[in-house]
Amino acid sequence: MPAAIEVSGLVKRYGTLAAVDGIGFSVPPGTVFSFLGPNGAGKTTTTEILEGLRKRTAGEVAVLGLDPWTDGTELHRRIGVIPQDFRFFEKITPKEAIVYYRSLFGTSVDPMELLRRVALEDKAHSRFDTLSGGQKQKLGLALALTNDPEICFLDEPTTGLDPTARRAIWAVIRTLKREGRTVFLTTHYLEEAEMLSEHVAIIHRGKIIAAGSPAEIIREYGKPARMTVEGSPALAAYLQMNLGAAAVAEDGKVSVTLTDKGDALKVLTAIQASGLPWSSFATAQDTLEDVFVRLVGQMDEGALKSGGPP
Amino acid sequence: MKLRNVAADFRIVSRTYFRNPVALFFSLIFPIILISLFGLIFSAAGSGSVTLIVVNDDHAPSGGYTPASVAFLSALNNTTVVSVQVVSVSPQNFSAYLGSNDDSTGLVIPSGFQNDLENRTPVVLTLYTDPEDASSAGIAEGAIQGVAAYFNLQAVCPHTTCPPVVGYTTRNVGSAVYKYIDYLIPGLIGFAILTSPMFSMVDIASSYRKDGIFRELSLTPLTRSEWLLSRILWYVALTLVTAGIMIGAGVVLFGAHVTLSLGLVPFLIIGPFFFVSLGMLAGSVAKTPESAALIGNIITFPMMFLSGTFFQVSSMPPGLQAFARILPLYYVIDGMNQVMLFSNTSRAITDLVVVLAGAVIVFLLAIRLFKWRDE
Repeated sequence: MPAAIEVSGLVKRYGTLAAVDGIGFSVPPGTVFSFLGPNGAGKTTTTEILEGLRKRTAGEVAVLGLDPWTDGTELHRRIGVIPQDFRFFEKITPKEAIVYYRSLFGTSVDPMELLRRVALEDKAHSRFDTLSGGQKQKLGLALALTNDPEICFLDEPTTGLDPTARRAIWAVIRTLKREGRTVFLTTHYLEEAEMLSEHVAIIHRGKIIAAGSPAEIIREYGKPARMTVEGSPALAAYLQMNLGAAAVAEDGKVSVTLTDKGDALKVLTAIQASGLPWSSFATAQDTLEDVFVRLVGQMDEGALKSGGPP
Repeated sequence: MKLRNVAADFRIVSRTYFRNPVALFFSLIFPIILISLFGLIFSAAGSGSVTLIVVNDDHAPSGGYTPASVAFLSALNNTTVVSVQVVSVSPQNFSAYLGSNDDSTGLVIPSGFQNDLENRTPVVLTLYTDPEDASSAGIAEGAIQGVAAYFNLQAVCPHTTCPPVVGYTTRNVGSAVYKYIDYLIPGLIGFAILTSPMFSMVDIASSYRKDGIFRELSLTPLTRSEWLLSRILWYVALTLVTAGIMIGAGVVLFGAHVTLSLGLVPFLIIGPFFFVSLGMLAGSVAKTPESAALIGNIITFPMMFLSGTFFQVSSMPPGLQAFARILPLYYVIDGMNQVMLFSNTSRAITDLVVVLAGAVIVFLLAIRLFKWRDE
């Protein structure tokens, strides 16, 4: 099956500044793809190029096989976009807004049914300027679904929302995926990306610095898994000697690096065999967020050392 | 261009408008206030005495006016029911002068008045009155009758059997000339055609861009021309209502005379078409809402006052008249004057062609320069 989104060598320059500097990735249909990066990394620029709202400087972009800039009209019938901080006509109600979009797209969606899907039916007749931030975002979502899109673009859909509203949006994203739609998500919340998406790309300073499934990225860039037990430096020395494992003692705790999933059992067996006192073991692994912070931090340090822009 | 899209957007515009009390006030109540305000300021009838505008054509050979004519006018003034105001206008242009100044009563003292009095040759004064303003006409006529009788008796004829020397005829003011309020109605309709779309489109063009609403719309099948067309249709509808209100208020409150002809309709359509496009153009070239408002004001304000809205262009200094002729609103208002007052179809058509050509150019420019996605 051809990719829903296929990008290669994409460049967007503003004057001499390259906001997006030769990136490439591919999103298989029916999957959730998360596009991560710190502010100003080039996320929104890339997203807008994919949506046909911004012209690229160079590179190949195909969304549903279409060039977003030249085939924008055709593309917009087949995608749905929920921008950051969705704004609409202030005096118009959610129901009227959906009826409006329905006429424009020429579809026959039931406005109340659509509002129920995004849990906004109780506000169907409230004017837009009286809605809360989360309710406005839900309307944005409902409008993006008016044309039954094949790909949904969600640009930081949960930024600034309270935990309940965020969960409501997550539920909708899971439903979209279940319905076989492709979801292109940009977000600041790494646990959101880790939880919802099959594929992740991290962009920084216009370049992709890591890509793959969340697990792959953690495996590749994260620190190895560790087991920590409360114990003495003598225990650390024993483990080092008997297992050849990297064991470090610090503040009355011993931390052992696990390189294989069988390691945990071996380490525990060795601890018991040592006869030394120990208690309360725990294992820890990097999250996508740890990896993200480390990767972005390393790049920024490197840039500082080499005298580049901070 | 899909009419379904235009209709869908039109519903959104009209709802937005009807739910905005300020906008409703400015389109429905403000016209009545404007008409009343300007109508009252300029047609204020002096309370108490009637102002009698006089042309004294009886000049003394030594300069100034003859003693008899001056005595006649001072006697009139002493009646206190009329207040004499002498102007220097030629008697031939007097009727037009009275009409254009919205004065309802005037008197001409002919040249040779004193001579005729002395020779007892009948002399005829001309009294101009406005049949619409019967009370002023009656008061002025009464005063003149009285003073003429006094002159016939006392000043000239020692005997009671003398035939009267001083007589007068009356003529109508206003049969062929127009009052201020008559000009004011097309002027203020023009004012509404200009200001209502200009101010709101300039604001919309910049604020919708800032809020990302154009971006939002660009993701739908709605095109920019459809969007602009639905705005134009809305302002056409609004203008038709506003014009109706203004004409109604002018006729009911001030007895304005207007010809209601279908010829007015093209101006009420092409006018908003022009200024919605112009507002969109101004809002599109500006980078920020602040500069958009500034550009909008620079375009709007000179036109608001110099196109014949509140003051007739023909009453302005020649330099300003020439300037007025480069203002698009001048042609809208002049055209409506031709239709509503003078029934001058050929000039109205010329005006209409000018406005239409301008509107097409501005519309195309606006569509070209108004982008709702970025390069």
